[in-house]
Amino acid sequence: MKKKDWTENIICGIFLVLGLITVGCVLLISVYLIISGIPAIREIGLTKFLLGKEWAPTASQPRYGILPFILSSIYGTAGAILIGVPLGFFTAVYLAKLAPAKIKTVMESVVSLLAGIPSVVYGLAGMMVLVPGIRKFFNVPDGASLLAAMIVLAIMILPSIIHVSMAALEAVPKEYEDASFALGASPLETYFRISVPAAKSGLGAAIVLGVGRAIGEAMAVVMVSGNVANMPSLFASVRFLTTAVASEMAYSGGLHREALFSIALVLFLFIMLINAALHFFLKGHTANSQ
Amino acid sequence: MLGNQLSWKRKTYIGLMEVLMYLCTGLTAALALFLVGYVLLRGLHGITWQFLSTEPSYLSGTIGILPNLLNTIYIIFATLVLVLPLGIGAAVYLTEYAGNRKIVGMIEYAAETLSGIPSIIYGLAGMLFFSNHLGSCLLAGALTLVIMNLPVVMRTTQESLKTVPQGYREGAFALGAGKWRAIRTVVMPACVDGVITGCILVVGRILGESAALLFSAGFAHALHGVLDGLMRPGATLTVALYVYAKDQGEFGAAFAIAALLMALTVFINLCTALTGKYCKRKNSI
Repeated sequence: MKKKDWTENIICGIFLVLGLITVGCVLLISVYLIISGIPAIREIGLTKFLLGKEWAPTASQPRYGILPFILSSIYGTAGAILIGVPLGFFTAVYLAKLAPAKIKTVMESVVSLLAGIPSVVYGLAGMMVLVPGIRKFFNVPDGASLLAAMIVLAIMILPSIIHVSMAALEAVPKEYEDASFALGASPLETYFRISVPAAKSGLGAAIVLGVGRAIGEAMAVVMVSGNVANMPSLFASVRFLTTAVASEMAYSGGLHREALFSIALVLFLFIMLINAALHFFLKGHTANSQ
Repeated sequence: MLGNQLSWKRKTYIGLMEVLMYLCTGLTAALALFLVGYVLLRGLHGITWQFLSTEPSYLSGTIGILPNLLNTIYIIFATLVLVLPLGIGAAVYLTEYAGNRKIVGMIEYAAETLSGIPSIIYGLAGMLFFSNHLGSCLLAGALTLVIMNLPVVMRTTQESLKTVPQGYREGAFALGAGKWRAIRTVVMPACVDGVITGCILVVGRILGESAALLFSAGFAHALHGVLDGLMRPGATLTVALYVYAKDQGEFGAAFAIAALLMALTVFINLCTALTGKYCKRKNSI
């Protein structure tokens, strides 16, 4: 009896350790990023680093201002949300509420296909179709621009927005809709004026998830955004926080390399904020549906 | 009938919403169709036996993706071997052992955080912990992917553990089994479908992953055996696509790889749908 307790305790301990590995990974990533990101910020100076408008790490007088990257990331994400959210939202309402079963199954598999396509394939298609398209259509010298990045990101965040919004809309209690029908509202009025407000925290989660996806995407953006450290404007070639890290890590050294780690730290802080917001919305969602 | 009684304002609202809904759904479908069609059209004719079965050669100027295919298979295999025990163990702890709400909440929040971290950050973290010690090699890439995919395996296993009826466990205890014996013989076999779903999702994610591997696994195109290969740098299919398209301007090869990846994505999605259907049927019996 005694011996059995012993082995049981050991096994319980082993599983506890396996469970805590996840927590360990998060701590390890945070600590490593902070340790490797702080030195460059201290050397350059926080305000100079965050608000400097010029990034010229290999110049004779190196300058490390990442404001262009921060603003490009924010504008790019905002653009992607502006295009992607309405598109995904209306599609989700149709699929969750009105679509015939057949169309719904087909579209669901189409959306999961979009979710599964690797980001480099989006980048490649964007590079070969969208970039020349923008150059011709708007008559600008180079189509690799913030606009191209926005459009590619908008398409890439569509699947997560549609999935999460559909789940939220399907969780709306049927009684709400029935009550609205009984009061004489037409189906569409009911779905948009009753179901959508009832699902608002789930829809909020969908948007936040989209923001997280868009701000963290690197490979597709690096392929279509032109990758020059300009201040953002719609047709300028820009560089995001993610792509700044991705494109220079291979050849950087010294303070330059440390500055790239600091950029990653800034990106990580953004993501942590977004995660906290997501957690908040999802909590609200489960509280609502109970 | 109803339409006649509605005011002009309501009719416009309904009409507008209807048009917007059909437009957006149509646009989403058209985008997906165009993307798949375009990539397959540009890439399929580039997939030849020679392309799939050789390594790139500067002498004859041909590009072959055999090393990248093998690297992808090695990295998938290495990741699964490492992530499955960790993920299943964590899920078993959460559903079977955990008594302390605080620890459960902490682990779940950590898993949520891990699934929100973008892959470029994993790439950097992988470079810092693994590649600095092992050198950039497939094993470092696989270890990075293990951290990244841990929440996926954990979640799917947890879902299927939750569907195991409490009565099974009580039956095992009643027959005199200890906690561990009950888990090993009764609970674990019942969660196989969750583990399989997790495996498929992980394979899909690894196939599509590039940013996390670029700095941890490197981008060489040389041909190696399994054990040798794990300790050397190597590009998976997606990384090879990126290198060919961005750095070398070899768009034919890039599109052929893209078409191959697209076909694999369709296949993986099919597998997920089929296992989902199978599990549903099994659970409903």
